[in-house]
Amino acid sequence: MAERGAGSSGLPPGYLSAAGSSFVDFLGQEAAHLLPARGLPAASGAGLAPHATTIVAASFPGGVVMGGDRRATMGNLIASRDIDKVFAADEYSVVGIAGTAGIAGELVRLFQVELEHYEKIEGTTLSLDGKANRLAAMIRGNLGAAMQGLAVVPLFAGVDVRPDHDPLTDEEAVQTPAASLPGRIFGYDVTGGLYEERGYHAVGSGSLFAKGSLKKTWNQQMGQDEVVHAVVEALYDAADEDSATGGPDMVRGLMPSVFAVTNTGIERLDDAAVTAVASQVIAQRQELTEGTRS
Amino acid sequence: MTQMPYYASAEQVMRDRSEYARKGISRGRGVAVLTYADGILFIAENPSTTLHKVGEIYDRIGFAAVGRYSEYETLRQAGIRLADVRGYSYNRRDVTGRVLANAYAQTLGAIFTEQMKPYEVEVCVAELGEQPRRDELYRLTFDGSVVDEPDFVVMGAQAEAVSAAIRSGFQARLPLREALALAASALASGAAAATNGKAAGAGTVQALPPQKLEVAVLDRNRTKRTFHRISGAALRDLLGAPDGPEPAPDGPATPGDVGEDSSGSPA
Repeated sequence: MAERGAGSSGLPPGYLSAAGSSFVDFLGQEAAHLLPARGLPAASGAGLAPHATTIVAASFPGGVVMGGDRRATMGNLIASRDIDKVFAADEYSVVGIAGTAGIAGELVRLFQVELEHYEKIEGTTLSLDGKANRLAAMIRGNLGAAMQGLAVVPLFAGVDVRPDHDPLTDEEAVQTPAASLPGRIFGYDVTGGLYEERGYHAVGSGSLFAKGSLKKTWNQQMGQDEVVHAVVEALYDAADEDSATGGPDMVRGLMPSVFAVTNTGIERLDDAAVTAVASQVIAQRQELTEGTRS
Repeated sequence: MTQMPYYASAEQVMRDRSEYARKGISRGRGVAVLTYADGILFIAENPSTTLHKVGEIYDRIGFAAVGRYSEYETLRQAGIRLADVRGYSYNRRDVTGRVLANAYAQTLGAIFTEQMKPYEVEVCVAELGEQPRRDELYRLTFDGSVVDEPDFVVMGAQAEAVSAAIRSGFQARLPLREALALAASALASGAAAATNGKAAGAGTVQALPPQKLEVAVLDRNRTKRTFHRISGAALRDLLGAPDGPEPAPDGPATPGDVGEDSSGSPA
């Protein structure tokens, strides 16, 4: 069935003439209304929308682990018990966002498209530093909203696979050495300031307690399983002290979301695995408590 | 728009433009897109490993083109932008090959009628279905015509010869290895016909070496992004390349081996 293309959906001129490989920049030129938190009314939005809290990341010699609790709050109320705040940014990096949940979710979605868009246009993946810088620019773009009380602060981590590995070709995958890649962690502030963190980092309302916990439990010789344990324990400690951070919910079976990134790619730990670690953490705490009682 | 210095009938102008575009396209090396058991196979005769003729547009949509590189590259990038904007503003499932084919058709049609020089390109948009019968292949030509092809699309030099060669061996749901062998030999016979100036029998032509082929698939066994390039060892294996370990692309294997030996022995 041959026909002349019908409908009125030709490519707009800007799509053909656009230069560059950034999806965010392209949206800014062609469809700025789609960017998150643009054209906000000039009033404070603090307290209007649910707030997502603690994200923790810790590295190990073969990669990096990131975990986040599942709670979102509005003032003194729990807005959600099962929100996800940690996401795969692409095959080799992970991003978690604390702050205004709605804007955070949109920014993550935009960041995922940004990375994929670059990969498709350029035929190669961005370097890990390149990804971290793109995220910084996006957070900077949200500064107006941040000043109205709708701040978002991400945590970004991953392994740098470029230039040895192009996920789109078999050959490179075969040639990639089994040698492990070190995990790297990047922290941000609301103005888009980007800081590479050594070892571990946390953001969100419970981050102080999570980092305090990791200070004692983490060391750089740990393997992936031990780091997962340290991250879940840090989230437990954050939930212990911060009302806006949720602990593992054994009644409903809601566990922190935990991702691991290694040279073989990103993986979300399944609920059973996280439940096992969380139960271990809880059992250890029970022992401690009973020890002090007797 | 530049004013024509003298009168020419619209018919004449269109005919000239068509001829111009056809000439440009027929100089390009061939590309074939065909359905196979687990997806859609793209194969192009392309000695360059970086200037692609085949590309990923979206999760289940691939792109192949022949003709002038700068022009189809513009179309490819615009298609990625369209797909990503749609996927971002609606949902990933709402990006379809039909929308993209329509957009390309409109764009190519407008360029053909309104601009002095038409795009010298031919494009195939392929969308992978959930089931084989839902696979879609759209062929778009320089004037904005769009055709929905059932099994395979061939574009570029000697398209008719290559197309005939594929048709003679094509069956629905061939395994990847067989589909690749069929398309590769068809492209090789097309290339041979182009150099000899006459059609050669498929049995007698020399196969194209793996490093001159650009191969990719939309693979139904993958989730989310199904586009996947096949190159290097994987491609040699699939093609059953005859002479085992492959020599360096432009020279015999021995000088490299000798070099390694001499650099190794003093240490």
